[in-house]
Amino acid sequence: MEDVRRAIEAVYRIEAPRLIAGLTRLCRDVGQAEDLAQDALAAALQQWPVSGIPDNPGAWLTTAGRNRALDLLRRRKVAERTHAEIGRARREEESVVPDPTTAMDDDVGDDLLRLIFIACHPVLSTEARVALTLRLLGGLSTDEIARAFLSAEPTIAQRIVRAKRTLAEARVPFELPRGQERAARLGSVLEVLYLVFNEGYAATSGEHWTRPALCEEAQRLGRVLAELAPGESEVHGLVALMEIQASRLPARSGPGGEPILLLDQDRGRWDHLLVQRGLAALARAEALGGSLGPYALQAAIAACHGRARTAEETDWPRIAALYDALAQISPSPVVELNRAVALGMAFGPAAGLALVDTLRSEPALRAYHLLPSVRGELLRKLGRVAEARVEFARAASLTRNAREQRLLLARAAACGEEG
Amino acid sequence: MRVMVMVKANKDTEAGVMPSETLLTEMMKFNEELVKAGIMLAGEGLQPSSRGKRVRFSGTKRTVVDGPFAEAKELVAGYWIWQVRSIEEAAEWARRIPNPTGEEGEVEIRPIFEAEDFGKELTPELREQEERLRAETERLAKTGKR
Repeated sequence: MEDVRRAIEAVYRIEAPRLIAGLTRLCRDVGQAEDLAQDALAAALQQWPVSGIPDNPGAWLTTAGRNRALDLLRRRKVAERTHAEIGRARREEESVVPDPTTAMDDDVGDDLLRLIFIACHPVLSTEARVALTLRLLGGLSTDEIARAFLSAEPTIAQRIVRAKRTLAEARVPFELPRGQERAARLGSVLEVLYLVFNEGYAATSGEHWTRPALCEEAQRLGRVLAELAPGESEVHGLVALMEIQASRLPARSGPGGEPILLLDQDRGRWDHLLVQRGLAALARAEALGGSLGPYALQAAIAACHGRARTAEETDWPRIAALYDALAQISPSPVVELNRAVALGMAFGPAAGLALVDTLRSEPALRAYHLLPSVRGELLRKLGRVAEARVEFARAASLTRNAREQRLLLARAAACGEEG
Repeated sequence: MRVMVMVKANKDTEAGVMPSETLLTEMMKFNEELVKAGIMLAGEGLQPSSRGKRVRFSGTKRTVVDGPFAEAKELVAGYWIWQVRSIEEAAEWARRIPNPTGEEGEVEIRPIFEAEDFGKELTPELREQEERLRAETERLAKTGKR
């Protein structure tokens, strides 16, 4: 019985996004659509253990959800509006009933894209967007989201309820944004996906260095988006960036769980299937023409590492040039810091240090542990170990990640030995 | 998690009979769905075992055996690598693999090991040993003595 239940939940997870998207189109309210989808799931959990899982479970769930939606619309007693909606619902029935042969046609795809846009709507806080996206598009339960973000379940549940209410109150339309708005809205979607990925890639605090399930979910949603919006270069850029970064997950920590920095990683442990997928996604972004956006540029930088068979083969001058391009379109002190690392590698530590020193008064970097960490490394290479030791110790005091802290303290201590 | 989905061979795949246009079309559509769902990482069809070889190990002895190999249904004719959230999800996708000829067939789904699966078995000492071996292999590879 437990097996059947797990199988039904797996079906639901596959079908939920399309189901909720179709139902949102019908009742024009994401929150209500999800409730209806949950009702359909409850019906399946009751019937399928007896009847067996139907041959086309997606169609079954859609029919169950649609019938409930139509009931709901009929019960809305506000006369004129109700009639208009039933009429529309009836007209739209054909497109909602999934014919197995056209189940993945453009209409459904567009509804799915509309759902992604609504879940990442700028009217919502970033946290709410993340929770709603994982819930509606990832089919994650509230409890799973809470565990992934180390939050209490009621907090996440409330966040999702509030997000749905905000969307309803703001009367956010179920639409595909066009023109300039589309670019901005797409930016919000990409930001949410990358945030989820990064949450999994490097936990900001505590002992957990990575939470791979979140990375996988972000990668999966990115790939889904790439097929829904194949003409958007930045979508492929983000997919490429996530695939290449994820390829390093197996090599990022040592036997004791301690972090291993990129250049010290055993490249044999990289996931070369993901490297290849990342390079292919980057090629798709580049093939669309035009200048590369911030995600594609970051992917191009990651690709420089991905292509190098050894750390020594890394094309640092190209990386420095790519950071330069990135700094032009999205200037930030963190990009500058990375550019300094690349300059140091390409043209010697003095070149890197010159740029880092201009960043020391940057308020945004005041509590950023990587600034002293990078500076310490450049100083160490220049033989200024006493200064390097101070910087590493300072970096250690700034990071909240316990493992990273140990790594930095070890480097500080190593400088002590040399000095 | 990742799984490998192995499609078992049959008389036709072993005889090198090319799949019908119907099957090809439906398979293409199915693959497209896998891509759209974001779970497809890789997938290939394999040539008949008559074009393959086996290398047998026995003590220090190695014997190379030419195909074809008997027991078609024990052979693999193709595979996918999927990234799914559970083995149940993989099974649900596998249920949807098209089979227009109505012929009997079988696919096998096997989760791929990930580092954390080794858990206590892969102790730090073992990992270290594995790393030493790896380093040694690389050293040998670099000096061309492999």
